[in-house]
This record gives sequence, structure tokens and C-alpha cells, in this order.
Amino acid sequence: MSTPENAPLTPVLTRRWLSPQSWRLETYEKLEGYTAVRKALSASPEQVIQLVKDAGLRGRGGAGFPAGVKWGFMPTGDDKPHYLVINADEGEPGTCKDIPLMMADPHALLEGCIIAAYAMRSHHCFIYIRGEALHPMRRLYAAVREAKQAGYLGHDILGSGFDLEITVHAGAGAYICGEETALLDSLEGRRGQPRLKPPFPAASGLYAAPTTVNNVETIATVPSVINGGSEWFRAMGSEKSPGPKIYSISGHVERPGQYEAPLGTTLRELLELCGGMKDGIPLKFWTPGGSSTPLFTADHLDVPLDFEGAAEAGSMLGTTAVQVFNETVSVPWAAMKWTQFYEHESCGKCTPCREGTFWLAQVLERMVDGRGSEQDIDTLLDVCDNIGGRSFCALGDAAVSPIQSGIKYFRDEFLALCESNRPAQGDGAAESRDPVSQGSDSQAAQPVGAQA
Amino acid sequence: MTVAPEFSDVDVPEGYVKLTVDGEEVVAPKGELLIRTAERLGTVIPRFCDHPLLDPAGACRQCLVEVEMNGRAMPKPQASCTMTVADGMVVKTQVTSEVADKAQQGVMELLLINHPLDCPICDKGGECPLQNQAMAHGRTDSRFVDKKRTFPKPLPISSQVLLDRERCVLCQRCTRFSDQIAGDPFIELLERGSHQQIGTAETADVLDAASHTSSGQPFQSYFSGNTIQICPVGALTSSQYRFRSRPFDLVSTPSVCEHCSSGCAERTDFRRGKVMRKLAGEDPDVNEEWICDKGRFAFRYAAAEQRIRRPLVRSAETGELEEVSWTEALRAAADGLVKARDGKGAGVLPGGRVTLEDAYSYGKFARMALRTHDVDHRARAHSDEELDFLASRVVSDGGPAGGGVTFADLEAAPVALCVAFEPEEESPAVFLRLRKGARAGDVKVVHIGQWASPAVDKTFGELLACPPGGEADAVEGIAEHAPDLDEALRADGAVVLVGERAAEVPGLPTALHHLAERTGARLAWIPRRAGERGAVEAGTLPTLLPGGRPVADADARAEVERHWGLEAGTLPAEPGRDVTGMLNAIVTRDLGGLLVGGVDLDDLPDPALARKAFDAAEFVVSLELLPSTVTPYADVVLPIAPVDEKGGTFVNWEGRRRPFTVTLDGTGALTDCRVLDTLGVEMDTDLFTQTPDAALGDLDRLGAPKGTGAAKGTSGALSAPKGTLGALNAPKVPLGAPTAPPTPGSGQALLATWRQLVDDGSLQIDEPALAGTARRVVARMSRATADGLGDHVTVSTGRGSVTLPVEITDMPDGVVWLPGNAPDAKLRATLGAGHGAVVDIAGGDR
Repeated sequence: MSTPENAPLTPVLTRRWLSPQSWRLETYEKLEGYTAVRKALSASPEQVIQLVKDAGLRGRGGAGFPAGVKWGFMPTGDDKPHYLVINADEGEPGTCKDIPLMMADPHALLEGCIIAAYAMRSHHCFIYIRGEALHPMRRLYAAVREAKQAGYLGHDILGSGFDLEITVHAGAGAYICGEETALLDSLEGRRGQPRLKPPFPAASGLYAAPTTVNNVETIATVPSVINGGSEWFRAMGSEKSPGPKIYSISGHVERPGQYEAPLGTTLRELLELCGGMKDGIPLKFWTPGGSSTPLFTADHLDVPLDFEGAAEAGSMLGTTAVQVFNETVSVPWAAMKWTQFYEHESCGKCTPCREGTFWLAQVLERMVDGRGSEQDIDTLLDVCDNIGGRSFCALGDAAVSPIQSGIKYFRDEFLALCESNRPAQGDGAAESRDPVSQGSDSQAAQPVGAQA
Repeated sequence: MTVAPEFSDVDVPEGYVKLTVDGEEVVAPKGELLIRTAERLGTVIPRFCDHPLLDPAGACRQCLVEVEMNGRAMPKPQASCTMTVADGMVVKTQVTSEVADKAQQGVMELLLINHPLDCPICDKGGECPLQNQAMAHGRTDSRFVDKKRTFPKPLPISSQVLLDRERCVLCQRCTRFSDQIAGDPFIELLERGSHQQIGTAETADVLDAASHTSSGQPFQSYFSGNTIQICPVGALTSSQYRFRSRPFDLVSTPSVCEHCSSGCAERTDFRRGKVMRKLAGEDPDVNEEWICDKGRFAFRYAAAEQRIRRPLVRSAETGELEEVSWTEALRAAADGLVKARDGKGAGVLPGGRVTLEDAYSYGKFARMALRTHDVDHRARAHSDEELDFLASRVVSDGGPAGGGVTFADLEAAPVALCVAFEPEEESPAVFLRLRKGARAGDVKVVHIGQWASPAVDKTFGELLACPPGGEADAVEGIAEHAPDLDEALRADGAVVLVGERAAEVPGLPTALHHLAERTGARLAWIPRRAGERGAVEAGTLPTLLPGGRPVADADARAEVERHWGLEAGTLPAEPGRDVTGMLNAIVTRDLGGLLVGGVDLDDLPDPALARKAFDAAEFVVSLELLPSTVTPYADVVLPIAPVDEKGGTFVNWEGRRRPFTVTLDGTGALTDCRVLDTLGVEMDTDLFTQTPDAALGDLDRLGAPKGTGAAKGTSGALSAPKGTLGALNAPKVPLGAPTAPPTPGSGQALLATWRQLVDDGSLQIDEPALAGTARRVVARMSRATADGLGDHVTVSTGRGSVTLPVEITDMPDGVVWLPGNAPDAKLRATLGAGHGAVVDIAGGDR
């Protein structure tokens, strides 16, 4: 059992969040703001990329691709414009790290944008922010205005000769636009659907020009990497997953919220940080990184939450959106709610995701309603098998993970739902419907919904 | 290409890779998609969204296969329609991979959960890729027991195309076709997820008002019928064909389109003696797999109620046409024509829709039975300058085998200059090729015209605007005013495309001749009607004998005389009269009779003159399918066969022969050549054109003129630079001077006009669905020209007037553009004016 002392917080990205008016340029500048950009602009783009590579900064949007390597894919010596696009379309159920970051510390993102754009020789950066996130969007608008007035953006930034414009663009509320190529289509004014790859964005992205798409948290980490250096950065986290990470803890815990800790922190440690399970009701299941990552159970409390640890244990790190569910929640009910989300958000481009989520949602709704049969469980698993790895983009894979992992760990609960429909005897029906009614209760009681 | 494993040290040529498909080694060209490689090996991977002429989409996921690269299996099955071959790749299709097979079955099951399974009442049932592939790659029963998605149906996408969203598998072939091939917007995917559907701006509010667009623009395309054909399910159906027939009840015949001069390959499906539908045929050299909606839908004219099926002779007593026997009719026709011939003479107007065989017969009939060169198929504006142009630059261009411009050349040309030619309206297959080349970034398309028509936009083209009639000056001025274009035209492969409207612009044929001489760019003449090019080759012009032999050339005449068994010196040495010349001659009593094929008097440059002449003619024989503007003047009407009921050959604008055989056999309808042959016999002349085969054989035995190398189409030897043919046979080069366009006075404008694809043409009768996709009938003029006119403009001449809504268009001032033959605006008939004429304009009071 670990103690709060050995579950340290490492406030790097979050260190300014509690300062008064943390979002103002004035505050940011007082607290080391816009110092990294001066260092970066005095170095060469190659040096910046090398430093980010050395630090081992991996993408914070879910896939964990090394940021420096991604930047290195951008061509040099070509005559096309280069674009940096920030994916701020945070829409994954349970994920709430980028929106608070942009609320509390928009300038950190902007400073990261300047450095990253400089490294990849881009003079125009777009921040594609989720349309519903009005408040952080206004903060970003204001921050861009402030930064421009202060000479951090625009022509000849800080006398370096480097020019950069940042455009904040509001999405229109489609989860799929968090997929980078769908985001690019949407940004171009088209229907948000993923593009065929190759060509990859580094070769032909926004407006068919070389483009890098990075997550908000990744880019906001960059100024700290520049200022702290790679060794400092690697002092946190593990060899392959270095650095700090914002864990967004939601659900049945005493103090839900954002906790920044080194990569590789376990749920046991995180639970201590957030005051343990709410009202002491025991943990039943949790997601390590949003609804797209397969479920974990109480058996996984000590899995190190970094890219390798989560994968080894059969899930994914995802966005480190840790959703915690206690014993009052029905797993089939939760799987149904998530599946309804994916059905609603499927873009429709490919057959498996479009038709599959439609089917899965109906089967789960029927089961939760007490009209399922044991055969439905097999059908669910087989349909999941026909969606996962067969869809055009990763949305299909994401859609099936709550169902597959839910049945893997909690098959009994699914079976219990079918009890009343067993052909032979009909006794014990009331008991068998328990998980359903529990499910309904927890729907009302849930403080942090799956709609975050 | 396939080699057995033991020959695995086989050389891989440059640009090729070696891979393994289902255990078989195969050498494939770089860039080939796996689905095609497998197909070459005989393994058909099921697919919906994939189409060889559309960009890969990877949307339906039906074609998943297992792939190993560098000895490592890729973790997920891959879509074989998007992945290209690579060296050392190991591919396992459903034949050898359980994973691929299950993935395909899984996708098929998903596609079917929401499908209505209404095959027994679906048009596509029996020829449906979904049905066929579900049988081959699907489960026998469905595990889906819940509620299917339903939609109201059918939704009209246009008057021709109906959409059943329940059957749709959202493969997006239709939207991708419209976007990539035709370039027509407004059919798109709407909504998302399981609500995703195909729709148009007009259907968008059916499900959700939020996505209703206010563009107000309907889906408008001349190519929408292709979406019905490439739809792999029964989601898009033809309103004309819907519920009319079952595919397995139809008999299919390959055929050739009879409308424009592209000569697109078609497939005609008939049942119990009735044509039910036409589909695009596949011909990579010509139309690839596409045809326009006119070619697809406009065929009911042949089955029209009013079709003439028995010979008619005008009764001396009643003055009315009365049905008579063929014997009687032919006798009457022969007697009348002999009398006219032996009196003031008789001329022949075959019209521009003849087959090569029929044209040859008309020409031979004129020369042998009527002993005249008074023959001219140009039922449209024409000029002497055009005659010289056709003789010197068109008839001898060698065709596809002899160095003439081809469809493939259009796709690869560095620059294609369209002069007095609207590709989308006049020859849609040409438009599609130009767009294909331009979209690939290879072809720069430049148009010389009056306004930026949709085709300019869709060929990513540039417009050089000039006043109507000013095209000749514009062409002559290219060197001075558009030096970059002049330079581009000097590049290898540059082409200049000219339409039939050129005949109406004095000096333009000459200017084009000069341009080609100066720059080396190759010229292609693309007339509007299917028979024009063949008729030129067959010699139905007053100055040309078959094979491009000039009438004025004594050796050429002698050659033809020998072949036809005529005594030397029988053929007159002087060229004949052209259409207008013949009409004038009748009015002045210098010509007595006329033998007329498919000619509409309202297509002639001066319909009033034509009516006057026909009224004054001593004797008129009409070979017709349907009652026409000629019928009231005809003394004898001889019914002839429509294309469905005869065989023959169209020669397309390339000079390519497009032979076709009889679709509906045994209807008793006779070809023009047969009727003319029999009529000839009645006049004691043997034409030897009893059948199309006989006529073609006779023409081909005559071959190309001596001294010009080889016979047309058999050799590429005719490659001497244009205009430098042997002096012996050299036709006159056009020598016309541009005349400055007249300056319109106050309240006047210059008339610009051309025919649109879907209009009031006589072959489009009984086709309301097709007519529904016609472009809106408007008068176009610049804002300055329209100033003070109001919403409508009345365009008039001394003959009559036309009132149309005004559409402000970016075009030269003092010019008004009108459609050539719209239902409410039949220009020639009403105004008696054509392209370049001065007309009066005033505010309309509609």
C-alpha cells in the first residue's frame, strides 16, 4: 500500500492553474512564461526537434507517437506552406484534460505552438477546438490577442525573423473530428470524415500541404521540455514513457479532477491523491484512458499507467481519462451508454462502424431492458470481432473495447440479464433484473457522466 | 504475368514488383491495387465502393485481405482496393485466409442488417452486385433480430434518378462519380453514422431540418444516369425503367449511340421487340464506361406512336398523303425524281444523322441516279469556307490509325483549345475526357467563347471571351494577345477542337487552318451530329466524292467513275450546290426536285427560305422515321429504320468507325441504303447498296484516293504535314477573311447561341424524365447590357421574338446569349437568326 508521500504530484503543466487569473499573459509571464520560446528561437529548428526527441516526449492524444519523430517527418527545403494543427477537439467520454488546460493556461499552449511551428518551419498554426467548449475558446481568443499585442505572434517574433499566425477554429461537435484526418477535412470546410492514408498529413495534410497534427497537452508540454531539458524531463516517468501527465479522474471518487503525476503512476496511487472511493463504496471497474480503452477492474490497481504498462495489461493508456465506477454500476448498462455514444458519433463512412455500432446498441439496449438471450452475448462478441480492426479508422476499434472487455471481466452480469428469457424456467426474474435497476439508480447518481 | 513458384528467379522488369497472392508468385506493375492483381489471377475479391475509374475510397471494407510485409503480418486485414502492390508482399485473400474470409462475411452481414431484402421487387435483382456477392460471400441467415432503419422512398434525385435510401450501402460511388468524373455538385452524403444517407440540397431536409442547405441549387447533371448503372445495389433507379422489366428477361445487344459525334459504346436491352433501356458500353478508347443522359434515355422516339410505318404518297385528288404499297410508292418516287432530274434537276439533302453506309448511298444516288453533285448533308449553318476546311483538314486527317486526334490524345494533350465548341453540350464524352485530363493536371483547357459555361469551370479551364462572330479575330490574335497559349500550342500533342458553329463565323475555318500551320497544333473537328463525319468521308458534299476525293480533280472523278461502272466523263466536273444553293435554286426555278433524309427545316440557317423552297419544289421525296417539317411538302414519304432496327457504322469525330448490328430484328423496317438501292433500280440504276454490308464493301473497295498513300484506317502513312498533300489531289485550303462583327446599335445586341444537350430536339420526344434535367432556359447578358431591361428580355428580329428570363453573366457587353433550340425558344424558327447576328433587345413583359 503506497502512501501519499510516494504518490507524488509533479505539477508541470498544471503549476500555474491555481494562480489568480492564470490565463492572463501577465500571470504567465511572471511564472516563467514565454522564456522557452526565446531559447528555442535562438536555436535552430533541427536543435529543437533533437531536444524534443531526446526528451522522449510522446503524443498525449492517445496513440503516444514520439512528438520529435513526428516533427521530423515534415519535409525540409520544399516550397509548400507547412501547417501545425492543434487537435483541441477533446470529446472522448471521460477525457477532460485539454479543456481545463486551455481554460487555465492558454498561453502555455500558444508558447508550445510557436516553438513547434518554428521547429517544423510553419508560419500558420490552427487550433481546432471543440465547438461546445465555448469558455476555453474565448480564453484562447483572448490569449492569441494578448500574445499578438506583446509581439509573441505575428511578424518577426521577438526579433527572430520568424513569423507565425495562430487561428483558433471552432469545430461543430463531431467526435470523429478528433481523428486527425477528419479534423483536417473539417478544418478545410468539408464533411468530417477520415481520409485515406497514405498520403499522411506530413506529406499532404491541410490544403494538401505538409501538416503536423498534435494534441494540446503534447504541445503545452513543449515549453517545459525546452526550459527543463531532456534530463529533467526524463527524471519523471519511465524510460519509454517519460515526463509528467495529467490524469483526469472522474466518477466515484472523493475528489475527482486533474492530477498531474509522472507517467507510470498506478490507480492505487491516484486514488490516494483524490481521497479514495466515494463514500467508501468499493471499486468495480475503471477505464485507464477514456471509453475507448478496454476496462480494468480492481485487479488492475497496480498497473503502471504508462503506454507500455497499460498495453501489457490488455488495455491502452489512451488519454489517461480515468473513469472510476463503484459496485453500484451495471457493466452492461455502462457498455450500452458508451455504445450509444459511438453509434451517435460514428461518421458513417465505413460499413463496420456505421452498421456495427447501430446493431450493437440495439442488442445492448434490448439486453438491458431484460429482453436479451445468451445467444446475444455470442453475437455481441462476434460482431465486435467483425468491427474491431476492420473499420476505416480507430473509432470502430474504440467502439468495441467496452463491450469486449466488459464481457471478458463481467460476463456473469450479461448472463444475469438473460436469466428471465431462459427457455426452461422463469423463476427468479425479479432478482435477475437487479443489475438493470441498479443501473438506472447509478444513472441518476453519477456525478461525472460519460458525456464529459 | 503469372509464374509458377519454381520460376521465382524470374526477372522483374523496371517499374514492376514481385509479390505472392494466395501462394502464387505474381509480377505486377508498381501502383497496381491488390484487388486488381488478384483479379488478374482469377480471384475476385468482393467489393462495393471500388470502381476502376474512381479514386480509391476504402469505405465499404468488403474487400479485406490479409497482408504480410517484410515477413511480418499486418495486424489488421487491409482493404485490397486501397493498398498497392509492393515487392515481397504476401497477400492472402478469402481463398487462403480464414481471417479474410471471416472479415468479408462479417462486413456482408453488416451491410445486410439494414437492407430491406426486397430483391423480388427490385430493378437490380438479377444483376445486383450485392445480391451476387451476398450469395458468394455471405451467411445464409442473419443474426439481426432488431429494428431495421427505414426511410421514406423513393426520393427523386432528379427527374431521371430515384433514390431508395434503405437499399443503399453507402459505397459513395454515385457521389464520387459526380464529384470526380462529371464534376457536378449537389449530390452528397448527408447526416452521419447510421443516419448517413445520400441526398441532394433539395432532399436534405427530409430527415433533419438542421442540414437543409439554402443553396436552392438542384442536382443538375448531364451524366446522372451513370450513377444508376454503377450503383452496386438497387438504391438508384431510373424513373423511366423502374419496375418495367427484369434483367433476366432482357436481351442485350452491343450498340453505338446515335446522338452526338462521339460514338459512345452502348448496350441496348430489349424485351419482346421493345427497347427497355440503354446502358453505357465499355470502350476504353472512346467513352470508357460513361455515357451522357441523352444517350442513355433518349430512345423512345423510335417507338413513338406517330412513327411512319407504311409508305405514303400524296394523292392527286385529295392532296393528302395516303398509305400505299412499297411498289406503288417507289414507282411514284422514281417517276417524280426522273422527271425532275430530266427537267431542271434534283438535289439530295441526307441530313447529319446518317450512318456511313446510308450516307454513301445518298451520295451515290445523287451522282448516279440524279447525275448531280447537288448533295449536302449539312442541315445547319454552313459555308463554302467550311467546305474547304472539311476537304483539306478533316476528311484526310487519317483517323485514329493515321495520326488524327483521338480521345486518348485529349487526355494527354498539354493544351486543348476549344473554339466555337461547347464540349459538355455538343459532345459530352469529349467533355469527360478533357475533364479527366485536366483533373489529373495534365491538360490545360482553354475555351474561346462568350461566357464561362459550366464546362469551362469543370475542365478547370480558362475562357478567352470574344463577341459572337469575333472568334476568327480571337484565333488570329492568339500570337499577339495570348503568347503563352501560342507557345503552349507549339508543344507536342497540343490540340485545337472546333465545333460545327465554326461554319457560322466567317474567317474562322481559315484562321484555324493558319493557327495549325503556324503552331503545329493538331485540329479536330467535332460536329454535333452522329453522322456528320461519316457523311464527309462518304462524300455527301457538293465538292467531295467518297474518300475525300475533290470533285474538281479529274483523276479523282475518273477513279470513282471506273469503280461505279460509269462511262468516263459522266460525273460533272463542276461542284454542286450546297444546301442554301439548292434552296435558292428551287426558288429561282433552277432546280426541280429534292430527295430529303432526316432534315428538320427549322435547323437550316434560314427556315423561311427552306419553307418557301420546299413549297416551290416540283417534287419532294422524304425518307423519314417520324412526321417532320418536311412531311407537309413531301410528295412521297418512304419510312426508314431507326438505329435499333438496322445495322451500320457511325464514324465518330475521331474518324473512328463505330459499327453496330441490328438490335430489334425482323421489324421489316428498311435502311436508307436499301430504300435508295431499290429506288435506284426503279430508275434503272444499280447502286449495289442493298444492305449496309454491301454499301460498306463498295465504299471500302473504292478505298482512299490514289496518290495519298494508303487507304484510310489501314496505315499511319498519311502523315505528311497538313496542307502539303501531293499537289495532284490537294484540296483547296480555306481562304476566308474574318469579317469584323457588326456593331449593334442602340437597343440591339449581338446574338450568341449554341444548342444545348437536352433541348427540343426531335430525337428527345416522349422523354419527360430527360427533359426534366435540361438546363434552365434563360437569356444571358452582362449587367451593363441588361441595364434597364428588367427580369425578362425580349429578343427580336424582323421575323419574330423570344422572351426569356435574364441571367446576368460575366460576358462581353452588347451580347445576348440564347439557347439554340429550347422548348420555348426555338431560335432559328422564330428569329431566323444565328450566332453572330444582330438582334433587337427590349424589356420583356412576362
